[in-house]
Amino acid sequence: MRLSVQEAAFDLGAEANAFAAGISGAGAIVTFTGVVRDNGGQLSAMEIEHYPGMTERAISAIMDQAMARWSLADALVIHRHGRLTAHEPIMMVATAARHRADAFAAAEFLMDYLKSRAPFWKKEIGADGAEWVAARDEDEAALSRW
Amino acid sequence: MTTITVMYFAWVRERIGLPREQVETGATTVADLIDELKAREERYEMAFADLASLRVALDQELSSFDAPLAGAREVAFFPPMTGG
Repeated sequence: MRLSVQEAAFDLGAEANAFAAGISGAGAIVTFTGVVRDNGGQLSAMEIEHYPGMTERAISAIMDQAMARWSLADALVIHRHGRLTAHEPIMMVATAARHRADAFAAAEFLMDYLKSRAPFWKKEIGADGAEWVAARDEDEAALSRW
Repeated sequence: MTTITVMYFAWVRERIGLPREQVETGATTVADLIDELKAREERYEMAFADLASLRVALDQELSSFDAPLAGAREVAFFPPMTGG
């Protein structure tokens, strides 16, 4: 299990390959990557603020829950903060399990919880100014399925 | 009276104008602490005007407004999170 909260960009392919290379006994690896939307060319940057300390605690707790609930061989979460530009990867989740159902379910669980329980706040910087991204009701509602 | 660290994030930080401060308080619950802060200055009144749009963490764990402060050293106020 590995968690990295970082300002630096990461290499999707390299991270996925390293994750896969460290696993034995799994038949399925699922990866998800969130990237900065360009909002039709209107977005010049995204600033991601977080709560150092609580971020790591909250995500570790979510990962522990996923490991306990599904039969996972391993899990990885990388989440960036700071200033990002359009199309840059913001975060990635990877899960490995013996069968794909567990890997998919755990990855979705991790994503749903990261959205509304990990202390990150996104601000979109556009031509017309800057605006904090509002939390969506659907994201909160998504937690109830778990 | 005890001294606690109060932290603000995202638009709460922008409205209040600082990321953190040491607060001397006799409040017993989060709600009492908010009342004390609101009584200070208008910027606090504005930041805490709508509690439904705020979340609170006590010592880095999500909590609720009616929770007792009970020795917490760090209280953080922020809008609903937008990770992922």
